[in-house]
Amino acid sequence: MDFDLSEEQSILKDAVERLLADRYGFEERKRHMASPEGWSADMWDRYAEMGLMALPFAEDDGGIGGGPVETMIVMEALGKALALEPYFATVVLGGGFLRLGGSAEQKAELIPQVADGSLKLAFAQVERNSRFDLHHVETAARKDGGDYLITGAKSVVLHGDSAGKIFVTARTAGDMRDKTGIGVFLVDVNAPGVSRRGYVMQDGQRAAEISFDNVRVPASAAFGDPANSLPLVRRVVDQAIAALSAEAVGVMSAMHGLTLDYLKVRKQFGVPIGAFQVLQHKAVDMYVALEQARSITLYATMMADSDEDTERARAVHAAKTEIGRGGRLVGENAIQLHGGVGMTMEYAVGHYFKRMTMIDLTFGDHDFHLRALADAGGLMAV
Amino acid sequence: MDLRFTPEETAFREEVRAFFRDHLPAETRRKLVDGDHMDRDDLVQWTRTLNDKGWAVAHWPKEYGGTGWDPMRQYIFLEELQKFPAPQPLPFGVNMVGPVIYTFGSDAQKQHYLPRIANLDDWWCQGFSEPGAGSDLASLKTRAIRDGDHYIVNGQKTWTTLAQYADWIFCLVRTDPKAKKQEGISFLLIDMKTPGIEVRPIVTMDGGREINEVFLTDVKVPVENLVGEENKGWDYAKFLLGNERVNIARVGMSKQRIARIRELAAKELSGGRPLLDDPRFREKLASVEIDLKALELTQLRVVAADARRGNTGKPDPASSYLKIKGSEIQQATTHLLMDVMGPHAMPYQGEPDEGSNEPPIEPAYAGSAAPTYFNFRKVSIYGGSNEIQKNIIAKAVLGL
Repeated sequence: MDFDLSEEQSILKDAVERLLADRYGFEERKRHMASPEGWSADMWDRYAEMGLMALPFAEDDGGIGGGPVETMIVMEALGKALALEPYFATVVLGGGFLRLGGSAEQKAELIPQVADGSLKLAFAQVERNSRFDLHHVETAARKDGGDYLITGAKSVVLHGDSAGKIFVTARTAGDMRDKTGIGVFLVDVNAPGVSRRGYVMQDGQRAAEISFDNVRVPASAAFGDPANSLPLVRRVVDQAIAALSAEAVGVMSAMHGLTLDYLKVRKQFGVPIGAFQVLQHKAVDMYVALEQARSITLYATMMADSDEDTERARAVHAAKTEIGRGGRLVGENAIQLHGGVGMTMEYAVGHYFKRMTMIDLTFGDHDFHLRALADAGGLMAV
Repeated sequence: MDLRFTPEETAFREEVRAFFRDHLPAETRRKLVDGDHMDRDDLVQWTRTLNDKGWAVAHWPKEYGGTGWDPMRQYIFLEELQKFPAPQPLPFGVNMVGPVIYTFGSDAQKQHYLPRIANLDDWWCQGFSEPGAGSDLASLKTRAIRDGDHYIVNGQKTWTTLAQYADWIFCLVRTDPKAKKQEGISFLLIDMKTPGIEVRPIVTMDGGREINEVFLTDVKVPVENLVGEENKGWDYAKFLLGNERVNIARVGMSKQRIARIRELAAKELSGGRPLLDDPRFREKLASVEIDLKALELTQLRVVAADARRGNTGKPDPASSYLKIKGSEIQQATTHLLMDVMGPHAMPYQGEPDEGSNEPPIEPAYAGSAAPTYFNFRKVSIYGGSNEIQKNIIAKAVLGL
């Protein structure tokens, strides 16, 4: 057992952290958020130059051959910086479908475009009534000759407004909650019948509501088996949750760091407020929650590329639960310990708290995953 | 980064398990599983079995009888010991006074005491806390006055675990009442048979008799029983309390208890169905399992860091983190086990030494559920309360 990063991984970590430390301060981030895209095209290009877009793809496919640990390193750094760019949507989610579900032709066509930063992707999964169930799919893909016609509406498609192509779950057979009959199709946003309404989320990241009205796609747009792609979706989402957990660790560590700094400089009653034991103990509770989150994220990362579906899912349920409740503890205490200034838009900690809160609502909150883990027989049966 | 155990580590785990399977008396194991009272002889016999194998003081340096295992193997050994479950070697000797003696003691002390600790020839107890010195341990008042070749010790120790079995007690005593409170303390080894020592049991709320008061009245202790230097005892005590990193979280014990909870919850009925099928119970259990998995990984990170830099022998604030979370999880598991038993946790079945000849009220294994829950409130109090641990982290890790 070895918790050390390899030399290459350490270099990657240093490079990403340095780039973000130099160019992603709180004021710069505010400017990016206020731009028409809501994120920085310049930073996007820099990520691409650094090889971050190519990172998870196999070398044979034109990638760098990184695995879950490399993704963890990048996502934690993006979390610390509260980066707004569509990295998660494009490289983690979209890239996940390319890596795990793409045919040789699909990979050859698309991976180079993602790797050089020119193609942005998104994953349209949530529906009005799906809540967190990946298998609840009302959007339909009806066979029409050699093509499919896709009709339905998707909610909160992360970075769906900037994506060039979008992975869509759509039902080819069965009832809306059946676990079979679900296909995954890659849809060009310019196809007739696609309409998008982009918006900003609570945390400043972008998303879109997207509707599909008899959108015609060829059979070659399907990723995996159009009659049975739920296992593919689960694999991609499990890996994405491990990555999201790493982002959350970055967010939590930033909130904890800001809080410690504040406790040391803010004076009341003639002393730094960090001298008060009641606040010290809250800061320790935050520290313990952060370290627990870091540990469970390592566990989920270790399990993320396992082919053993049940075991992988259990690890991911555990991580998302711990991240959700630990993130809330760290976030709420971070605001409380900052007092009034923590409430303001002017100060960074609230922005981290908002991102943390949205992470819990992404791909299942802590209640959802705790129940899923309990139903799967818990962890110790592993 | 590779978070899998190596094939060698996995083989080592198998070897350890096989040894426990082949050598631990079934009745001793049953007592641990059911939470029954263990006799002094159960532990003596088991410690000697381990010592014959060379595993009784596995983590000590090789020259004093240790195994030379790296920290990961130490961890695996302890985890398996707790998971099996098998009795842990008496911590007061093996984890507390032993390391103090081999780190700070004289050659004569090392030669005499260490082999006797490893074989449990001497049963040690810990004389730190006093009625007026709990969390503020350094305010202890037990006095040792030098008189020729002896110290004359007067005072009172309390919460002394298993003093009723003890041959020896290691004590913090005040040798310089004029110095600052941490600087006038010495570390003395005292034979429990010395005239002037009286042990009185304290009955804990679970009905157990594991702790005691120890009164010391004009107890004559030879000066050669001083460990290290006079008035340096506080340093040795801090070493002792912060030295324990590999086992303090007791991950293996909590794993064993969770396995037991699952086993019993599959049998106990609730609403006519196994309690384990009850969604609310299942979620409570899964919630603790998540915490425990995270703690296990944290523990392994600490172990791996020790392996990388070598154990510096210095107190590490990671101990405080592991103690806080480990104790919370241990307490949560005892609570869950009591939940499993429901109304059958209610009969008080008494301590074995109360001499009842009545057959136990069935199910007999339910008898220890509530007492264990009551008893385990101690784990967030002893060894530096969790609030003291938070003070340590706030200062040493967070810089507050």
